Amino acid sequence: MTAAPNAPLFHRLVDRSGPTIPFTIDGVPAVAQPGDLLMTAILLNRPALRPFEFADAHRAGFCFMAACQDCWVNLADGRRVRACTTPVENGMAVVIDGGARV
Amino acid sequence: MSDPVVAIVGAGPAGVRAAEALAQAGLRPIVFDEAQRAGGQIYRQPPPGAERPGEDLYGFEAGKAKSVHAVLSDLGERVVYRPRTLVWNVYEQRLDTLTDGGYGEQAFDRLVLATGAMDRVIPFPGWTLPGVFTLGGAQIALKAQGVSIGRRVAFVGAGPLLPLIAHQYAKAGAEVVAVLDVTPFSARARQAAGLLAQPATFAKGLYYTARNALRGGTRASGVRKLRVEGDGRVEALVWTGADGREHRVACDAVGASFGLRSESQLADLAGCRFAFDPVTRQWAPERTTAGRSSRPEVYLAGDGAGIGGADVAELQGRRAALAVLEDIGRAVDASEVARLDAALARQARFRDALEAAYPYPDHLVASIADDEILCRCEGVTAGALRDAVREKGATEVNRVKAFTRIGMGRCQGRVCGHAAAELVALERGCPVSEAGRLRGQPPVKPIPVAGGAA
Repeated sequence: MTAAPNAPLFHRLVDRSGPTIPFTIDGVPAVAQPGDLLMTAILLNRPALRPFEFADAHRAGFCFMAACQDCWVNLADGRRVRACTTPVENGMAVVIDGGARV
Repeated sequence: MSDPVVAIVGAGPAGVRAAEALAQAGLRPIVFDEAQRAGGQIYRQPPPGAERPGEDLYGFEAGKAKSVHAVLSDLGERVVYRPRTLVWNVYEQRLDTLTDGGYGEQAFDRLVLATGAMDRVIPFPGWTLPGVFTLGGAQIALKAQGVSIGRRVAFVGAGPLLPLIAHQYAKAGAEVVAVLDVTPFSARARQAAGLLAQPATFAKGLYYTARNALRGGTRASGVRKLRVEGDGRVEALVWTGADGREHRVACDAVGASFGLRSESQLADLAGCRFAFDPVTRQWAPERTTAGRSSRPEVYLAGDGAGIGGADVAELQGRRAALAVLEDIGRAVDASEVARLDAALARQARFRDALEAAYPYPDHLVASIADDEILCRCEGVTAGALRDAVREKGATEVNRVKAFTRIGMGRCQGRVCGHAAAELVALERGCPVSEAGRLRGQPPVKPIPVAGGAA
């Protein structure tokens, strides 16, 4: 029993009520919850955070404590952010495999 | 004459207790912390909006976590608290900082480094696949975000964190399909007598271990080899057990790491002398029980200068602050100093037993194949390291770094440094203490060039 190739990595165990935060991943609308770090918001929707620069592979973060630097993510506005320490923001446009860069 | 400026880096258990003692003495310490909220990693707080009851987040330690979290807010204006601030360099009694994209600097007279630790990593086939996290990372996903790293999760480790995190995941409703300890069980049993010097902690370990045994999923000790399989993501964990047989479990996420390592880059940049600890096989900045380093203006507290855990970190933070006060000529309570020193000596004996109970898993390093990725940042292989040693004559890790870029990526060797030194030692046939130590380089973490660095 293994996950489908595009199934999300993370699963929410503790649901929080309250408003949702809309954002996009490669142009596809997604929603997060207040208190979600960008890493969480992406991996609840996707299996990875970014392509790996040095081989045909993807990366999804590793240490979750701002040490390994594996989770730097590109945003469509040109910013690069470390996803494990950056709160998801309303309207953030995450670029993983392209398609939404403006 | 105005008060000396005391800067503290880190707002985990060590940093906040140092701040508290200094503030109580009438100084106004400046606390820099990269996180948004105090607590460090062990008592990491969820971001605003993701709060949950302390008992759910920290279990047995909820009271301690609450107490640590409250320190800085209770001190109010008696401390200058700078959250979301990375200290990326130490140079001539000045810190270079970055806060929300803005650069700054802070001169100091005394510096208390409470920089904490991260998981120690040993590469294995498949360790860079999406879905493989450190044990600490898996724990933070649950603790700070209320998410699990996968639907069917396997955990691998060599230390007391392993049964704890497996228990936390199972309790939160995740399916834990395997809990694999690479330490032979006999080594743990041998050390039980020593651990009983600290019965509360030992009992907690047994509690988690027993709870894990009651749940579904495979539990194994003495694991000899492991690999993660999958096409683009984790699909299975395969291991060779103590019996020499290969086992396999389908899963979609793995938490794996092998003890902890100190975050000691700033101590290095501050000019502190380092010593090699043969038990944990790590270099750490030298410190006295009181937290004094080899530099008169620099003090060390908590896991950033050798692993002791959260309770020890609180004691060390307070003790280092008292050392600062003694050294600047302030009165300190001699009986409190004696009490702290005695408590720290007791904890050190417990730690020795614990470290001996979880010896470094040499066998995992010895089995790293040439085509294995060693440098996670840039995909450099173990074979490249061996080639640098064999063909290019590199005898230590800084030379290997120059030839291969291992240790030169974004993480600055935090992830690969230990295994790199072990591999150099194996290749040369020398003790790992002779394989060198990656020198710290500023900036200790990536910083934006556009932010206005001078």
